[in-house]
Amino acid sequence: MSNKAVPTRDGFGEELVALGKENEKIVVFSADLEDATRAEYFKFKYPERFFNLGIAEQDVVGTAAGMSMQGFIPFVCSFAVFMTNRAYDMLRLDVCYNNTNVKVVCSHGGVTVGPDGASAQCLEDFAIMRVLPNIQVICPADTLEAAKATRWMAGMQGPVYMRTSRAPFPIVTKEDVPFEIGKATVLREGGDVTLVGCGLMVYESLQAAEMLKKDGIDARVLNMHTIKPIDEAAIIAAAKETGAIVTSEEHQIYGGLGSAVAEAVVRNNPVPMEMVAVPDLFGETGTPEELLVKYHLKDVDIAEAARKAVKRKK
Amino acid sequence: MSKKKVDMNSFKEKALMMRREILETLNIAGSGHPGGSLSAVEIFIALYGYTMNHKADDPKWEERDRLIVSKGHCSPVTYVALANFGYIPKEELKTFRKFGSRLQGHVHVKVPGVEFNTGSLGHGLSVANGIALGAKMLKKDFKAYCLMGDGEIQEGSVWEAAMTSAHFKLDNVCAIVDYNKVQENGPVSEIMGLEPLSSKWSSFGWHVIEVDGHDLHELMSAFDEFDSTEGKPTVIIANTVKGKGISFMEGQHSWHGKAPNDEKLKDALAELDAEKMA
Repeated sequence: MSNKAVPTRDGFGEELVALGKENEKIVVFSADLEDATRAEYFKFKYPERFFNLGIAEQDVVGTAAGMSMQGFIPFVCSFAVFMTNRAYDMLRLDVCYNNTNVKVVCSHGGVTVGPDGASAQCLEDFAIMRVLPNIQVICPADTLEAAKATRWMAGMQGPVYMRTSRAPFPIVTKEDVPFEIGKATVLREGGDVTLVGCGLMVYESLQAAEMLKKDGIDARVLNMHTIKPIDEAAIIAAAKETGAIVTSEEHQIYGGLGSAVAEAVVRNNPVPMEMVAVPDLFGETGTPEELLVKYHLKDVDIAEAARKAVKRKK
Repeated sequence: MSKKKVDMNSFKEKALMMRREILETLNIAGSGHPGGSLSAVEIFIALYGYTMNHKADDPKWEERDRLIVSKGHCSPVTYVALANFGYIPKEELKTFRKFGSRLQGHVHVKVPGVEFNTGSLGHGLSVANGIALGAKMLKKDFKAYCLMGDGEIQEGSVWEAAMTSAHFKLDNVCAIVDYNKVQENGPVSEIMGLEPLSSKWSSFGWHVIEVDGHDLHELMSAFDEFDSTEGKPTVIIANTVKGKGISFMEGQHSWHGKAPNDEKLKDALAELDAEKMA
């Protein structure tokens, strides 16, 4: 694990430029937030394939869907909260129901958005996006993974949603490990409990696993970068082999990664589970660190949840 | 631009035939939307019979003009038009809204000739813009038509899209508003008035043409005018009558989304027969 920390939006923006050079069918739509989403890297390089449609998320999604029907590969970018909430009906009908080849990549997920406060902190995108048929939902753990996921989605046919971050996330993945959709990666082996995270919570889970060593708890850490389709095989293995699971995410406790994991657990191999997530509250202004502490999204919170889960075993 | 020659008498016969088939289709289905289908019959005839480049035997022909039926509830007139212009067998109309049918309750791409699934209002114009923008980037000449209801344009997303069409000078976009003045729960003017409608569109940077939406000559010349308009998108405001052609349906919001039962069908078809004899 390196000490370098980079926002996952950067990995997306840089890879998009690389893809733009390789494939002239890639076009990018923005609702006037290309600076914040890093889509502007593409704008600077390929202005003729970049469209800022103004502050009009609904129109961005519909127009992108229309353009995809001519063989283009549109990426649509805004803040996660504005795109998934404001343009939800367009995402449902124009992208998912019509199964158009639109890639929805949005920054500013989670409480680590920080000082902008609750209106900009998206805490419901996993829930509302994963419930739609045809779309796949990704939240990369670091900038390397964001870049790989960007490349993957450009090369496949169909709708994808990816959440990126404003805040820098420490690098936790390896350059040479490929991104495979729907395939969790084991970052740390362990037999007593499995910590399943996405986004920044993968790093926090790794930190928590170190803390748990002192309690004699040997924790496995899974990087669940794909929320849909969820990696059932990895979850079943975790349930069978470690007997307890703790999920963590910068998302509401309802409907997100924790729920997706729980659905797989109860259907296949029920074991004690704890969920580290935002407990049905809106965020607020603060630094990312202050907010992670306040909403109990830190390594210490994951470690505490793990102790609880382990205690509930047998 | 020279267009294909048309036989006005056959168009008028087609209009009567389509009205009959719309009502029969709805009667068999037992549900659906007659009002806004009957109002749009001549619009569809002018589109498929006159202005649009299309091939019924090759629905995905790359150079075809694209029609987005944004008022997706007017599936009866859409499917009846596609049956009359050779896309689907007329026999299939009997399966409308039935389980397992391609003819889904709202307009669906399972049906050859349909470009986009609709049914939630206020989506089509953005999609048409995307098609038109793509056509320009590919240096293709095909056009994007978008049929909207009048109630539909109460949706704010329509006006987002209207700004985009004008901003990008999409002169290959033609919006058609089926201005039948009635929406599900009453008159448009009472629910959420649209007037002054022409100047709304022109102030958004559009070339506006107002026509009698049941007059095929006016519709065809409006489409010609669209073809020759450069640098801005065109909207055709088609003044129509909800439920057109059936006296007890005309102007009645109660016939927005209700199928005629056997008795009402008989009355309606008798009116169409009388008009045919006249």
